[in-house]
Amino acid sequence: MTAFRIGTMLLLTVLTGAAPAPAPVDLERVLASDPAPTLADYRLFTDAQADTPNARLTPYALATPLFSDYADKARLVFVPPGTSASYTATGVLAFPVGTVLVKTFAYGARKIETRLLIRKADGWVPNTYVWNAAQNAAVLKRAGARVPVVWQGRSIDYAVPNANQCKQCHLDGDAVTPIGPRARNLNVAYRYAGGSENQLAHWTRTGVLRGAPPPAKVARTPVWDDPSEPLVSRARAYLDVNCAHCHGRTGFASNSGLYLDLEETNASALGIGKRPVAAGRGSGGHDFAIAPGRPQASILAHRMASTEPGIMMPQFGRTIEHTEGVALIRAWIAAMPADKP
Amino acid sequence: MRFILSCVLFAAPLSAKTIAVAAGADAQERLQTALIDAKPGDTVQIGAGRFALSDGLSLDVDDVVVRGAGADKTILSFDGQKGEGEGLLVTSDRVTLKDFAVENARGNGIKSKGADGISFVGLRVEWTGGPKESNGAYGVYPVSSSDVLIDRVTVRGASDAGIYVGQSKNIVVRNSRAEFNVAGIEIENSYNADVFNNVATRNTGGILVFDLPGLPQMGGHSIRVFRNEVVANDTPNFAAKGNIVAQVPTGTGIMVMANRNVHVFDNRIDGNGGSAVMLVAYRAAFTDATYNPLPREVVVRDNRYGRNGFAPAFDGGKQLAAAVGGTLPNAMWDGVTSYTVPGGAAVTGAGGVVVSDTPLLTLGLITQGTPVSAAKPQVAAPVTSGGSQEPAAVVLPSAQLLRAAG
Repeated sequence: MTAFRIGTMLLLTVLTGAAPAPAPVDLERVLASDPAPTLADYRLFTDAQADTPNARLTPYALATPLFSDYADKARLVFVPPGTSASYTATGVLAFPVGTVLVKTFAYGARKIETRLLIRKADGWVPNTYVWNAAQNAAVLKRAGARVPVVWQGRSIDYAVPNANQCKQCHLDGDAVTPIGPRARNLNVAYRYAGGSENQLAHWTRTGVLRGAPPPAKVARTPVWDDPSEPLVSRARAYLDVNCAHCHGRTGFASNSGLYLDLEETNASALGIGKRPVAAGRGSGGHDFAIAPGRPQASILAHRMASTEPGIMMPQFGRTIEHTEGVALIRAWIAAMPADKP
Repeated sequence: MRFILSCVLFAAPLSAKTIAVAAGADAQERLQTALIDAKPGDTVQIGAGRFALSDGLSLDVDDVVVRGAGADKTILSFDGQKGEGEGLLVTSDRVTLKDFAVENARGNGIKSKGADGISFVGLRVEWTGGPKESNGAYGVYPVSSSDVLIDRVTVRGASDAGIYVGQSKNIVVRNSRAEFNVAGIEIENSYNADVFNNVATRNTGGILVFDLPGLPQMGGHSIRVFRNEVVANDTPNFAAKGNIVAQVPTGTGIMVMANRNVHVFDNRIDGNGGSAVMLVAYRAAFTDATYNPLPREVVVRDNRYGRNGFAPAFDGGKQLAAAVGGTLPNAMWDGVTSYTVPGGAAVTGAGGVVVSDTPLLTLGLITQGTPVSAAKPQVAAPVTSGGSQEPAAVVLPSAQLLRAAG
């Protein structure tokens, strides 16, 4: 910031008694048909480093998040002034046109990319912005990129998704849709600046959401890594969040017949005693997606533990094994009675 | 005249353009960017040369032509592929892929999902190290699509099926070559397919028509397999265990599992050590009450058989051959005519298998799930009459054929 601008701001502060409010989120830019070339163009943050969200952006977290190579994720939701999301008991909340879901992927202080999912007039559009080395600008990247990272002893060839990969995961039937912000996965407390509060209650109180019943009456996605929750709940929550965006009846992997959403009740569709269809060498020589009681003979665990293209699941979105997630799924399979699910 | 001319001009997208991508550095980013930036009506023209790709590629724009300089000139090499389940993925409609090669994809070669009107033309998909279990599963892999054309495509080395069409409708596979794959050509859980003028050789099994349970689209039917060369399929099965094709015996010519109204005719079937034509029920237990595991209304006629059945590779095959004179007859049917609907009643009497061009070895297994060891083999003379009506020829949209020929 130049000395002149600092001086001007000081003068304004002296004259008005307060710092000038930063310009709000650029709604016109948000709704434009083409993506902005840089993240800063949207004015979602008031600083170049994206440390300070602009007015009307609310931070949030998910009960169980997608695993993304151990990256930290900071999520924000923006709804335009005078609008709010409508509660839906199942599926993703009904967000108004102009909504922006913001997710910054970082390793400690190093930001890698900030993904935006914007509700345009005719549907959701995903784009991602990759941070520069100086960490003060993020530019649009549509063809994907690899960013080598060393983090907590792991070497990670972090993969920024390309625009088609964004769509592939976010596809529901023929339409792009958010994955995370469904009521049940938001139905946990968040530590806001002003104190801890249930997110659905907070969103309702601040006008981001309308029509939600009290949190106690809303279903809740189990927290995958909370040992106080039942093993089966944690495993199903993990599969729901990490797999079901493709492995659902309207997802990219609909042709597999393997459906892993939390609401699925058909044991065979969940993989129990289910033979592979188009797994190829992904089968690892095993006969069933899940062989009850035998995680070592279950294709599901085999593919989750692999990092080899053509075998690994998910097919992208991670490049290394999520050892804690795989351990959870193995424990769940091991605990299944071998004769029936 | 001017009016007519303008109509013709307006029939094509006004802004259709060609995006050229040449071989060289940053091939991944430049090619993927072209596939993202293309607008309906555009052509992505991939130049001659070898493109070293580091990740899978994908296309999600309707009405795009992706075209190379030839299946031996434009080579998309995935030797260094780090991520994604296929070399090239297409998820949009009315796409034409033409005149290039995909080599050594880590998963499938080219997959299209929900891509109606897709054409694969003049392509080569190959794993260049020969048949290996570590090769990708499918060469070309359209799934969940209507109007699929595969024409002049060569696939080598797929560890599942070279040319695989799954859960689709209205399919033409022609003038193509599948060799050194586990399955040469496989049509699975699909409706209305014509498979003709292809060569399937040196695979484990030449041409398969399968229907499997527990999938969104089941009840495969109305399939014609004709005028193909199904010759010397002798590569030992190298599929990863657990997959259905891992059960295909080495030396199988044409195999039909489940399905209704399949006609196999005018093929040349020679040099296959197992069965030239094998008709079987799905054998494993299943939980899907809407699935029918039996092959029904199958007609096998007017094929030209050479020497087959001299080295049956399935369990009990040698004993069977010995019991019927040393060599398996060209056609074999497991004789399964009944099954039990999961949670329901027994279904009996299904069948309608008519083989009119060669003696038929029937195993007499009768009930679905009966092991081959319980076979009561009998050889029947060719049937001289009867059989279901042949399915009508598959007709693809003329606009699709025009794009494919262009």
